[in-house]
Amino acid sequence: MRVLSGVVLGVALLPLAAACGGGTQESAPAQAPPPATSPVDPATAGTVMGRVTFAGTPPKPAALRMDSDPACAQQGAGATDESVVVGDGGAVQNVFVYVKDGLGTLRFPVPSTAVVLDQKGCRYAPHVLGAQVGQPVEIVNSDPTLHNVHAVPASNQEFNTGQPIPGMKQTHVFSTREVMVPFKCDVHPWMRAFIGVLDHPYFGVTGADGTFTLQGLPPGTYTVEAWHEKLGTQTQSVTIGPKESKEIAFAFKG
Amino acid sequence: MLHRFAVFVAAATALLIFAGGLVTSTDSGLSVPDWPTTYGWFMFTFPLDKMVGGIRFEHSHRLIASAVGFLIVVLAAWLWRAEPRRWVRRLGYLALAAVVTQGVLGGITVLWFLPEPISIAHAGLAPLVFCLIVTIALVTSPGWTRGHPSDDRTLQRVAAATTTLTYGQMLIGATMRHTGAGLAIPDFPLVFGRLVPPVWTTPIAMHYAHRLGALAVAACVLATAGHVLFHHRTRAELRRPAVLLLFVLLLQLTLGALTVLSGKQYLINSLHVVMGAVVLVTSLVLTLRAYRPRFDAAEPVQVAA
Repeated sequence: MRVLSGVVLGVALLPLAAACGGGTQESAPAQAPPPATSPVDPATAGTVMGRVTFAGTPPKPAALRMDSDPACAQQGAGATDESVVVGDGGAVQNVFVYVKDGLGTLRFPVPSTAVVLDQKGCRYAPHVLGAQVGQPVEIVNSDPTLHNVHAVPASNQEFNTGQPIPGMKQTHVFSTREVMVPFKCDVHPWMRAFIGVLDHPYFGVTGADGTFTLQGLPPGTYTVEAWHEKLGTQTQSVTIGPKESKEIAFAFKG
Repeated sequence: MLHRFAVFVAAATALLIFAGGLVTSTDSGLSVPDWPTTYGWFMFTFPLDKMVGGIRFEHSHRLIASAVGFLIVVLAAWLWRAEPRRWVRRLGYLALAAVVTQGVLGGITVLWFLPEPISIAHAGLAPLVFCLIVTIALVTSPGWTRGHPSDDRTLQRVAAATTTLTYGQMLIGATMRHTGAGLAIPDFPLVFGRLVPPVWTTPIAMHYAHRLGALAVAACVLATAGHVLFHHRTRAELRRPAVLLLFVLLLQLTLGALTVLSGKQYLINSLHVVMGAVVLVTSLVLTLRAYRPRFDAAEPVQVAA
C-alpha cells in the first residue's frame, strides 16, 4: 500500500515538477575561471563597423503556416519566414558578425547578465544572437502554448527540454566556442534560432539596416566573419591602430 | 475467439506502425522531450488541448503503443492459459518481450536525441513484432489445421526468400529514413536522369540500394506468386495470399514512387512504411502456409488439460 501511495504521489507531482521549470543547465564544466577585468586598454581600443548587403533580387519571404497550433495561428498571424530578411537598400538582417581570429591568447571576463532568447508569437526572438562561453542564456516561453527548446550544437552538449506552461524560464550556459548553435522547436517546426557562442565579446548581429559594430578592439589585425544561415559566410581581414575606427562591408549574393 | 483477438491485435499493430511512420515523416520524434512522461504529465493524463503541432503525432504514437502493448500482454496471457501448443505459447512470450523492448527503444531514442542506431533498431523491430502477432493469428486460426498436406520445397524456398528479402528491404528503408536519405535521389524512375547515379555519397548509395532492393523484392514476389498460381491454383490458402501479395506489392511500389515525387508528403510517406510491413506479413503468411506440414509434424496438437 505504501509503495502504491508513493507511485501515485510521484505521478501527481510530475506536473508540478514540470511547472516549476527553471534551473540551470551547463553543457560541460568550464576549464579555467575567466579573468575579472578586460585585458584591453580602453585608451587604445578601436572599432570595426560596417554593413551587410544583398546583391541581386532578394527572395520574397514566405508566409508561415502555423495552423497546426491554434494558439500560434492566433499569435503569429501574418508572420513570415525569417531565414532571409532583406530590408531597404539591400540591408541583410540577422547576420552574425564576429572576430574569428586575431585575438591571440587574450582572455576576457564573462558577463553575468543573461542574454534572453524568448519564444513569442511562436517564433524565437531574436532569431540570431550571440553569447560568451560561460554567460547565462535565459530561454523564456512568453506564448500561451507549449514549446520544446531543442539545441542541436556540434561541439556543445545537445539538450531538449519542455516548456509547457507560459512564463517558464530556463537558463543554459555553453561551455565551448561554437558558431553557430542551432535551436529548434519540434512542436512547431518553423521555429528556428541561432546562437553564436564565443570566448570573447567582439560580435554583433545586423539589424534591419544591415549594420554592425564591434567596439573595444585592441589594436591589431583581425579576421572578421559574417555568418548567415542561408547565404553562407564571408570573411575579411582588417587592421586597426590605436583608437582607430575602420569600416568594412559584406555583400552576399542570392 | 483467441484467433479473432489476435487478428485485432495485428490490426492495431499495423495502426501503430502507421502512427510511427507519421512521427518520422513529420520530424516530430523530439516534440515531446521527456519519456515516459509527456511534458511532466503522466502519459494518460496529458491534456488533449495541448496536443498541438508535432506533439499530436508523437504523443498519439505513445498512446497507441501503450494500447498495443496492453493488448499483447492480454494475448500472451490468453495463450498461456488456453493454448495447448508450447511453441505457440512461446510465440506469445516472444511477442511480449519484443514489444517491451520496442517500447524501451522508443523511449531511449527520445532521451538520447534520436541516435541513428537506436532509431533504426526501433524501426527494424516494429515489423518483427507485427510478424509475431500475425504468426500467432495465423496459427490459432481454424484454417491452419485444414488444407492439403503437400510439401512443395520450391515454394517453401522462394517464399522464405521473399519474406527474408522483404525484411532486409525494410531495414534498408529504415536506415534511409533515419539518416535523412529519403530524397537523396530526387527523381523517379530515373536516378539524376540516368540509370546509375553519376556521383556516389552514402545517402545516395543507401537510397539507390533501396530502389534496387525494391526490384529484387518485386522479382521474388512475382516468382512466389507465379509459382503458387501455376502449381497450386486450387489451394485457396496459398492462392489468396499470393494474389494479395501481388496487389500490396503494386501498391507499395506506387507509394514508394509517390513518396519521392511528392517530396516525402507525410501521409504518403507513412503509408509507404506501413504498406512495407503489410507486404512482409503477407509474404510471411504464404511462407508459413507453405511450411505448415512441418509445423504439424514438429509437435502434434495436444488437448489442454
